[in-house]
Amino acid sequence: MAEWITPVPYRSHAEHEQPPLAVPAYGSTRLRSPRQPLVLLPQGLTEITGPLLGAGRVGALDHDLTRQHEGEPQGERIEVFGRVLDGDGRPVRDTLVEVWQTNAAGRYRHAGDRHPAPLDPNFTGAGRAMTDGQGRYRFVTVKPGAYPWRNHHNAWRPAHIHFSLFGRAFTQRLVTQMYFPNDPLFDQDPIFNSVRDPAARQRLVAAFDLDATTPEWSLAYRFDIVLRGRDATPMEDA
Amino acid sequence: MTTPSQTVGPFFALGLPWNDGPYAVPEDAPGAFWLRGVVLDGAGEPVPDALVETWQADPAGRFDHPDDPRGAVASPGFRGFARCPTDAEGRWAIRTVRPGRVPGPDGTLQAPHIDVSVLARGLLDRLVTRIYFPDEAANAGDPVLSLVDPIRRPTLVAKESDDGLVFDITLQGEHETVFFAF
Repeated sequence: MAEWITPVPYRSHAEHEQPPLAVPAYGSTRLRSPRQPLVLLPQGLTEITGPLLGAGRVGALDHDLTRQHEGEPQGERIEVFGRVLDGDGRPVRDTLVEVWQTNAAGRYRHAGDRHPAPLDPNFTGAGRAMTDGQGRYRFVTVKPGAYPWRNHHNAWRPAHIHFSLFGRAFTQRLVTQMYFPNDPLFDQDPIFNSVRDPAARQRLVAAFDLDATTPEWSLAYRFDIVLRGRDATPMEDA
Repeated sequence: MTTPSQTVGPFFALGLPWNDGPYAVPEDAPGAFWLRGVVLDGAGEPVPDALVETWQADPAGRFDHPDDPRGAVASPGFRGFARCPTDAEGRWAIRTVRPGRVPGPDGTLQAPHIDVSVLARGLLDRLVTRIYFPDEAANAGDPVLSLVDPIRRPTLVAKESDDGLVFDITLQGEHETVFFAF
């Protein structure tokens, strides 16, 4: 029997790479962010493992948000594609990617969304995909719209697509939002700006990719997602 | 150089809940029980738009995962992962079994525990906590619980209920749940 080996932990985030939990400009953090300091949890087997989901959970058309109804949704058709990598540049393969978004008019198909913009009978706004052996994923959708919210006077969320990722380990779980380049609403959005490091913030913004567009059919945006990496694997005693 | 986290927002119900989400194990798995709780904010009000996710070892303390140096062990019907959105009263529930003990540092064994992620509007990053079991002698020597101020440790221990266990999550305030970073 091999000796028990302390698992190789996933590296911590760099300073200001992640948003703080309490951000006064984002009103909903006021009663929901903990006041006590977080306790540092040494990563054990429960943390360096995680659910390897997906097989049987993703249907053949789940990645195509424009083909979930009888007709095609209104809006600007786009492809959103990229790679899921870990912090060491290695692809994260066979991992589940889940997305949700507004329709082209900036309205979520959700009872709680009261924005007076039209719903689209041909658009739900949710998708799923698995990464392939190189960590690649691809969605077909329509460009989501900006919408008002009540965080501050005349507050508008920049257009975004929500992303949920599992990676390989509980430690790697990530829920984030993908934004579109050069959005004029960035400056007044406290959620986008909760990430203090400008370089890290920029990693939330997809890149327009002319080469990846499909002529006569759709525009394309590349969004690579980087999950936490691990320190080097130590040599095991033979 | 990682991608930053952003809030799950108020409308994740569009994309994240699964029909079988709350089932870490099948309904009729031997030893299965309901683990229930509410999520409360700093004013003591229920949080109706949170998502609770759990991850745990199987009853033998094993994971179906290649990074476990003991080897991956698949346990039939056991997923070990559950997710449940809170309802209008802030309530969530998952169906699971008691996990076995998992090795800890230096040849120790950890007390049975379930790792938890809490996501919600107003949380720019997920919160991570752990659920421990009541009446568990191993809690006293658990290497993670021992890192927590003894006064706050009870926030990490579930309570007995009619059909299983209860674990309430208080995001902020006097009875604030202990949350972890790693």
